[in-house]
Amino acid sequence: MFSNLFQLLRYRGLIQSLVARELKARYRGSVLGFFWSFINPLLLLAIYSFIFTTIMPNRVEGVQPYALFMLCGILPWTWFNAALTEAAGSLIAGGNLIKKVLFPAEVLPIVTVLANMVHFALALPIVVIFLVIYQHPPDIPGLVWFPVAVLVQLVFTTGLALALAALTVHFRDIRDILANVLMLWFFATPIIYPWSQQEVAAYRRFFDFNPFTHLAVTYQEVLFFPGPVGHWRWLLALGVASIAVFLAGYWLFDRLRDSFAEVV
Amino acid sequence: MTPAIELKHVSKVYRRYSGRQFATLKSALLQRSILRDLSPTDTFPALHDVSFTVQPGVTYGVIGRNGSGKSTALKLVAGITKPTSGTVTVRGRISALIELGAGFHPEISGRENVFINGIMLGLTKKEIAKRFDEIVEFAELESFIDAPVKTYSSGMYMRLGFAVAIHVDPDLLLVDEVLAVGDEAFTHKCLDKFAEFRRRGKTILLVTHSLGVVERFCDEALWLDHGRAMAHGDPKRVVDAYLTAVEEGEEALLATTTARAVAAASSGVAEAPVPTAGESAAQAATPSAPTSTDVATAQADNPIQDMFLASEGRWGSREVEIAKVELIDHGGQPSFVYHSGDPMSIRLLVKAAEPVDDFVFGISLFNADGVCCYGTNTYIEEMSPDRLSGHVEIRFDVAALDLVEGTYKLDVAVHKRDGYPYDYHRLLYTFRVKSRTRDVGIYRPAHRWSFSGDVSFILPATAGRNEPE
Repeated sequence: MFSNLFQLLRYRGLIQSLVARELKARYRGSVLGFFWSFINPLLLLAIYSFIFTTIMPNRVEGVQPYALFMLCGILPWTWFNAALTEAAGSLIAGGNLIKKVLFPAEVLPIVTVLANMVHFALALPIVVIFLVIYQHPPDIPGLVWFPVAVLVQLVFTTGLALALAALTVHFRDIRDILANVLMLWFFATPIIYPWSQQEVAAYRRFFDFNPFTHLAVTYQEVLFFPGPVGHWRWLLALGVASIAVFLAGYWLFDRLRDSFAEVV
Repeated sequence: MTPAIELKHVSKVYRRYSGRQFATLKSALLQRSILRDLSPTDTFPALHDVSFTVQPGVTYGVIGRNGSGKSTALKLVAGITKPTSGTVTVRGRISALIELGAGFHPEISGRENVFINGIMLGLTKKEIAKRFDEIVEFAELESFIDAPVKTYSSGMYMRLGFAVAIHVDPDLLLVDEVLAVGDEAFTHKCLDKFAEFRRRGKTILLVTHSLGVVERFCDEALWLDHGRAMAHGDPKRVVDAYLTAVEEGEEALLATTTARAVAAASSGVAEAPVPTAGESAAQAATPSAPTSTDVATAQADNPIQDMFLASEGRWGSREVEIAKVELIDHGGQPSFVYHSGDPMSIRLLVKAAEPVDDFVFGISLFNADGVCCYGTNTYIEEMSPDRLSGHVEIRFDVAALDLVEGTYKLDVAVHKRDGYPYDYHRLLYTFRVKSRTRDVGIYRPAHRWSFSGDVSFILPATAGRNEPE
């Protein structure tokens, strides 16, 4: 297993170009091209702002401007959500490669995670612009936790993506189940409501078990809430857990590897 | 010398996971069968105890019928799948021409795909950049390289895939039936490229159905059948052994085809009316054929053309019946496969219920396109009928079957001089003519080339085989 993992390093050039290909191919043929990476979150933000400030205003203390608050959680969630959804189908979609080219299959789910990370990164300038517009400067020293959160999320997502990709080869309906699970997961994570909200407090323990809670809260504390980042212990704990998730996911993938070429 | 490829007692069993096409997670959870669904339920042996070694610099051909395990062997060598038992050892950088352009993404340009495909095959960006022009030139895609690959024709796609794979510059080239891509000129270019590889002392493992290529290019060959190694060694001997086996198989196949055609036609399903008939004949010949009414009309309208209408069938009054038709080879055995130039006899067993004095025996030969290659009958050959009664045997001996390679069908008939059919067997008998020469047309006259003056040829290694037998 570990030799396979190290062998993966040799394929970083391939991963790099596949990610680039993925990004290029996604917008090939569209008029606005790469701008969609900005436009998508912008539109999302516009819709949510309109709904939650005009239609059903959210006046919860401390999360104003609400649109900005939500953006901080939704962007990383979008990365997570899209990465897992695409990863689940990645081996089936890339069946030709697995069957016909000597090629470590784990490259495919990893590429989907990385490609979506790039989208996430491309959407970050939007956050910056809005931080400026709303004159809502984040706590500068707290920003060091931002890359840590991204790294933890990357490891965590990759571990899940590997496991899902491998299992979906055998159980095709995982893709449909996944869509529903992710929907539930989204609402079970403090993204559209703040972690500090009173109603949430009663279910604290439940929320603590949700790994994405700690990611979302960290992003919000780094970018949105004033004051130092208080959630870093949770983040580091999640980091350790993520490594375990990654190893478990990779182990599962490795175990099922030989079946891919025959089942896909 | 350490071999470039070494397979020792390799078996490969493909596993099938669960009886259904795809398991569903729901059912797996409900039936607590997750572990069971993740373990194979059914197995399919693709290779059985195959061993062979390929020395560096050798061009090694693998032949065999579809499903004989050739591609599996190649995938094992390429490392795409692992052997179930036994060991596969490969030394050197591999490039596998298994599925050309397998990694191409349709939305992005040929140029970008060349880079990504090259990286997949193990090149670095720099190496690809250095070879890029060469690749594009080889693929003959200079003016299309910046168009998205989805706009390519399948030939262009394959050429680009081939060009990338061949420019990886491997020590070991694995080729799976890719010579079929592209036109004649491109195939030649590929063969030239292989020849260049050989000159540079590279090892090539070639899986192909093109036996000519194996004979011309390979130093050694392996014949696989149903996952077992049947023969290996000198390519000519291996190819001969293979061809003999194929003929036996074809023989059996043609025998069943013919038997089925005769059975179907005789049971009345495929009965068709008389070709050149007057009213009485038409009545006699169409006792009950609701399905062939259209054919009947068409034939009645075009009494001349329908001789060439390639629909098989049997019709006639059966006052005289052709009970049995046999094709007999030079050894006197019934056979369905002949070599061009072989003698062949057609034997008819005919039974006349009542003695008749008006009868004509006819035979004609059609190729697969439905072209009548030859037709004759006793009347045309000025044999005036006198008397026919009881059981008789008719032999039609052909001294040399001078036909080019192909599948041929036979009409046999006995009818009156005016065309009134006693028993007409249309295209019921199939036989195959095989030839080592790729000549074209229908008829191969016995011939010989001779030259005078300053003319010389480089005789290919297989020269002796290209003579008409």
